Amino acid sequence: MNFNDTEQQAEFRARCSAWLKDNAQPKTSARNDKRYGKTDQKEFLKSALEWQKKKFDAGWAMLHWPKIYGGLEASPIERIIWGQEEAKFDVPWGVYEIGLGMAGPVMMQYATEEQKQRYLPPMAAGEEIWCQLFSEPSAGSDVAGLRSRAVQDGSDWIINGQKVWTSGAHFCDYGIIVVRHDPDVDKHAGMTFFFIDMKSPGIDIKPIKQITGGSSFNEVYFNDVRIPDSQRLGAVGDGWRVAITTLMNERLAVGDANGADATEAFKWAQKQDDHGQPLIQNRAVRESIADWYCQASGLKNTKLRTMSALSRGDTPGPEASITKVVSANKLQAVGNFGIDSLDMAGMLKTDDTDVHSFHDAWLGAPGLRIAGGTDEILKNIIAERVLGLPQDPRADKGVAFKDIPSGK
Amino acid sequence: MNLDFSDDQKLLQSEARKFFDKEQACRRGRAVMDAESDLDQDLWNQIVSMGWTGIRIPEQYEGLGLGHLELCVVAEELGRSLAPVPYSSSVYLFTEILVKFANEDIKKDLLPKLVTGECVGTLALTEQLYAPTEDNINTKVSNDLISGKKIAVPDANAATHAIVVCQGDKGIELRLIDLSVKNCVLEKQATIDDTRGYAAIEFNNAPSTLIGDAENGWSMLQNTLDQAAVLFSFEQIGGAQAALDMATDYAKHRFAFGRAIGSYQGIKHKLADMYIALTLAKSNTYYGAWALSTDSSELSVAAATARVSSTEAFKLCAQENIQTHGGNGFTWEYDCHMFYRRAKVLSLNIGSLAVWKEKLISGLEKSNLASAN
Repeated sequence: MNFNDTEQQAEFRARCSAWLKDNAQPKTSARNDKRYGKTDQKEFLKSALEWQKKKFDAGWAMLHWPKIYGGLEASPIERIIWGQEEAKFDVPWGVYEIGLGMAGPVMMQYATEEQKQRYLPPMAAGEEIWCQLFSEPSAGSDVAGLRSRAVQDGSDWIINGQKVWTSGAHFCDYGIIVVRHDPDVDKHAGMTFFFIDMKSPGIDIKPIKQITGGSSFNEVYFNDVRIPDSQRLGAVGDGWRVAITTLMNERLAVGDANGADATEAFKWAQKQDDHGQPLIQNRAVRESIADWYCQASGLKNTKLRTMSALSRGDTPGPEASITKVVSANKLQAVGNFGIDSLDMAGMLKTDDTDVHSFHDAWLGAPGLRIAGGTDEILKNIIAERVLGLPQDPRADKGVAFKDIPSGK
Repeated sequence: MNLDFSDDQKLLQSEARKFFDKEQACRRGRAVMDAESDLDQDLWNQIVSMGWTGIRIPEQYEGLGLGHLELCVVAEELGRSLAPVPYSSSVYLFTEILVKFANEDIKKDLLPKLVTGECVGTLALTEQLYAPTEDNINTKVSNDLISGKKIAVPDANAATHAIVVCQGDKGIELRLIDLSVKNCVLEKQATIDDTRGYAAIEFNNAPSTLIGDAENGWSMLQNTLDQAAVLFSFEQIGGAQAALDMATDYAKHRFAFGRAIGSYQGIKHKLADMYIALTLAKSNTYYGAWALSTDSSELSVAAATARVSSTEAFKLCAQENIQTHGGNGFTWEYDCHMFYRRAKVLSLNIGSLAVWKEKLISGLEKSNLASAN
C-alpha cells in the first residue's frame, strides 16, 4: 500500500501541473468556487468558454479522447490525475460537464465518423454546448415512461411533447434526446434516440425556479420540431439501450455533493458559542461530527480504492455506486446542524459565509438527493446490480405502452 | 497509487478463507458455547502450526517476520469465520506490546513461545462498569507486585500470560505477568458471546515485570489500542460481509406473497444500506491499514475512523441480518445470532463506540492545533 505515483504517472502529473501554472491561478482558499449559477451568467459563460478553449488547444479538454477529435488518448488514471491537478486551480466549471460527460460518450459510440469529426471537436473546445433531454413531467425515476412522440415524415422525424430538468437548455446549441416512436409496443421497445439542434423552430424553453431561488434547469417544449433521420443515434427502437449508456455515464459524472462537509461542521463548532463554551465541547455535537467525518473519509478512501484499480489497469469494483447517496444525505445533515446551532437566528439570511454555506447545503441537498437517480433508485440499483437481488415484479411488463396505467 | 493489498497478501487471505471454511469455524464456535469452554484448542493448534501467531514476530525470534498488512488479511478472514480462538488478544494486543516495547530478555524468552503456541497472551485493562481512563485504574503495582482486580479480560483462561495495566508511583505502567502464579486468581465470566472465554482476574501481590518505562504506560497503551483498532476493524468488516452475504442469500431464496423477499424494496433498501455502511467501513479500514503499516502520524485518527465505521457497519449488518431472516433469524439454530453476538463483543473489546468517537474528535482537535502552530 502506498499513495505514490508511478514514475510515468508522476511525469504526467508534472506536465499537467506545469501547464496549469502557466495558464491559471491557484486557488487561494477552498472558497474559490467559480461555479455556474453563482455569478453573472453572461460574463461567466464567456470566462468558461475562454478556459475550455485554452484547454482544448493544449489537448487537456477531453484528454482521454482520440487525437483526431482533439484528445490526448490519455488513460483513465491520467484523466483522474488531470482532474486532481485542475481542482487546485481557480477555474470556471458547471457549464460543459453534462455535454462532455453524457453527450460526448454517446456521440462517440453511435454517431457516424463524419458526424464525430464535425461535432466532437467544437464540443470539447466549448464552442458548442450540449444538453441532455431525458426526464419528462411524467417520467422521472421511470425515465422509460417518457411520452414525447416522434413520428417519421420522409427523411425527418417530427417531435411533439415536453422535457423537463434540462440543465443549461437556454444556452445550449445541441442536445441528446430520447423520444417514443411507437406507443403500441412494450415501453422499452418503443423509444428512439437522436441528437437535436436546440435552435430548431418549434422549441420553447422556460426556466424552472428551484427551491434555492436559482434556475439552472428548464422545461423544454417541442411543437412540431423536425429532426433529420441522419441525427438518429442507434437503430429505431434502440433508444432505451442508448439511453442506458448515457445514464451510466451520468452516475459517474454526478458524484460527490459539493458544499459544507464534516470539516466545515468541525471548524464551525470550534468557533460557535454554546452556553459560554465552544460548541465543539458538546458531546452530542462531537458524536455527530465523528459520524460525518467517517462518512466523508469513507467516500474519499473509496475513491482511492477505485483509483488503485484504475492505476493497475483493472476495472474498478462497484464500490463507487455509494457516493451520491451518502454525500447528498450528509450534506443535508450538515446543513441542518449548522442552521440549528444558531437557534432562532438560524433562520436569518446573512452575508456570513459559513452560515450561508449551511443555508446552501440545506436548500440544495433535497435536489441532490433526487438528481441523477433518487436515493431510492440508487439503492435499488445497489440491491439489484451489486447484490444481485431480483427485480420488483412490474405492472408494465409485456404491456403495450399505451395501455400502461398512468394514474390519470 | 495503491490502496490495496499485494498479490502475495491476497493469496494469504484466500488461504485463510479456505482454511476457516474447511474447518467450519462458526460451527466450532457453537461447540465452544455448548461445552462452556474457552476456545477450540484443535483449531487454535492448527492456526499456530501455520505460523499465523508469529506473522509479526521477527525471524530472529522464530516468527515469520512479515508486516501488519499480512496480519490485516488474516484478521478479516477470522472475523468472517467467527473462529473461537484467542487470536486477537494474543496477537493484536499481547504480541504487539512485546514486539514494540519489551526488552531483549523478554523478547528472547516469550516471542518464540508465542510462535509455537506454548505462550498465549492477553491484555487486562477494564476494572469498572465504565470505560477505563488514565485516572480510574485502581490496580496497583508496588515493588513489582500487583494487587487489584480486572474484569472482562478476553481469552483469559486460554492465556498463559497477560499485560496488566496498573497504577504505579509515576503513573500508568504496563506489567507483564505469568498467569500461572498462585497469587493471581481467575474466575470465568459468562458473556453475551460465549464462543470466547472471558474472566475476572484478582491479583494479590502477584509478581510482575515492567514493560517499557514507568512513565509512558498510558501512551504505550493508547498506541497499542490504535494499532489494534485497525486489526479489530478488519475482523469487523469480515464479519459484516459474512452477515450481509447471509442476508442477501436468504432474501433471494425465501419467498413470501409469491415472490422472493429480496424483490421487495423494503428488503432491498435495507440490504443496500448494509452494503453502503460496509463499503464506507472497508475503505476506511484499508486506509487504517496503510497508516498502520507505514507507522504514519495519521494512525490515531485513521484508526479511530476505521474503528467507528466498522463498528457501525457490523452492528447494522448483524442486526438487520436477523431482521431479514424473520422468525428464523430469532432461532438458536440459524447462525444470525452468532454474528449479532460477535458484533457486539468486538465493538466493546477495546472500547465502545462512544470512546472511539471521542478519540476521533480529540485527534482532529490535536492535528488541527498542530497544523495551526
